[in-house]
Amino acid sequence: MSRSDVLVDADWVEGHIGEPGIALVEVDEDTSAYDRGHIPTAIKIDWKQDLQDPVRRDFVDKAGFEALLSERGISNDDTVVLYGGNNNWFAAYAYWYFKLYGHQNVLLLDGGRKKWELDSRELTTDVPAREKTSYTATEQDASLRALRDEVVAAIGKRNLVDVRSPDEFAGRLLAPAHLPQEQAQRGGHIPTARNVPWSKAANDDGTFRSDDELEELYKSEAGLDFSKDTIAYCRIGERSAHTWFVLHEILDQPNVKNYDGSWTEYGSLVGVPIELGDAR
Amino acid sequence: MSSDLSGCGAPAGGVTVTKDAAGKEAIVEGRVLSGAPVSTGYARLLGTGDEFVAEVPLGEDGGFRFFAAPGEWTLRVLAPGGVRAERAVSADIGQITRVEILV
Repeated sequence: MSRSDVLVDADWVEGHIGEPGIALVEVDEDTSAYDRGHIPTAIKIDWKQDLQDPVRRDFVDKAGFEALLSERGISNDDTVVLYGGNNNWFAAYAYWYFKLYGHQNVLLLDGGRKKWELDSRELTTDVPAREKTSYTATEQDASLRALRDEVVAAIGKRNLVDVRSPDEFAGRLLAPAHLPQEQAQRGGHIPTARNVPWSKAANDDGTFRSDDELEELYKSEAGLDFSKDTIAYCRIGERSAHTWFVLHEILDQPNVKNYDGSWTEYGSLVGVPIELGDAR
Repeated sequence: MSSDLSGCGAPAGGVTVTKDAAGKEAIVEGRVLSGAPVSTGYARLLGTGDEFVAEVPLGEDGGFRFFAAPGEWTLRVLAPGGVRAERAVSADIGQITRVEILV
């Protein structure tokens, strides 16, 4: 994979609106933005309602994913183009999720909803009708997802990339600063993790930085050893999906996993090591 | 946006502040105006050295809200047409720092 295989810009999307074989999807946690206006022909996927199991803390299972995509009118052959708010966090998460369930043709709109809005491009409240399909997913690709035991075993051995803000990394905040801070779990980070906030990979308008800038950021500035496997984490796994996308899809690093349990799981585990303080 | 904190997204205008939370949080909030409220745009909270900390889309009333750590911050506003503005703000626990930004 490289940038041109996985990213499209706003002009490309504008030129492909309504084209058969393309499924344009806005993904967010708070889908009220979609309801107020979205890119013409885009359908919505609600990160929480549609992609998370309503009872257990986990994804919807294979059958659930198949039912979702069939109902939304997405077929196995469609090229799925994802975008969303929050600098594409949830769209990057959905991208990772589509790959996890074996969908091959997935693209991300560079800059997402924010770039589209800042460009003053067209938004509509019309909800498109897509004919139902019979979607077939594969079993989850375990090579893309890290679970907690693997993360604990990776301390001091693999690259651990904490993509939260420096204040969350240090333990001064428990959530991004747009959220209230009262939480059950402890603050801090996984020992030996490097702090490379997701935002360093993005420009102000939400687009990804250039390949050279990204290489410089992770290799030179953060000192990641690309000969080792890497696990990225944040608080709930969507900001780290953004970094997974950068490392695995844009920079083509082979063994990169997203730890979607992230800090809300790790910071609540009994008996695991936690480190406090700023990055060294 | 509910008070369910299992998510991580930033709703337009920022999360509503409850009476209970107001005394325990270091809140920075305000509005962006250009005559009328600027309802399409983004407010970013930046730390030392322009380090990105958080961002919310502006609300219908041009509003934004952050739950910061105590300290000095920079607010940066982005809006269509290349609009960009910055203000220095400070935050402290139990205080609501209100900022009005004219662009």
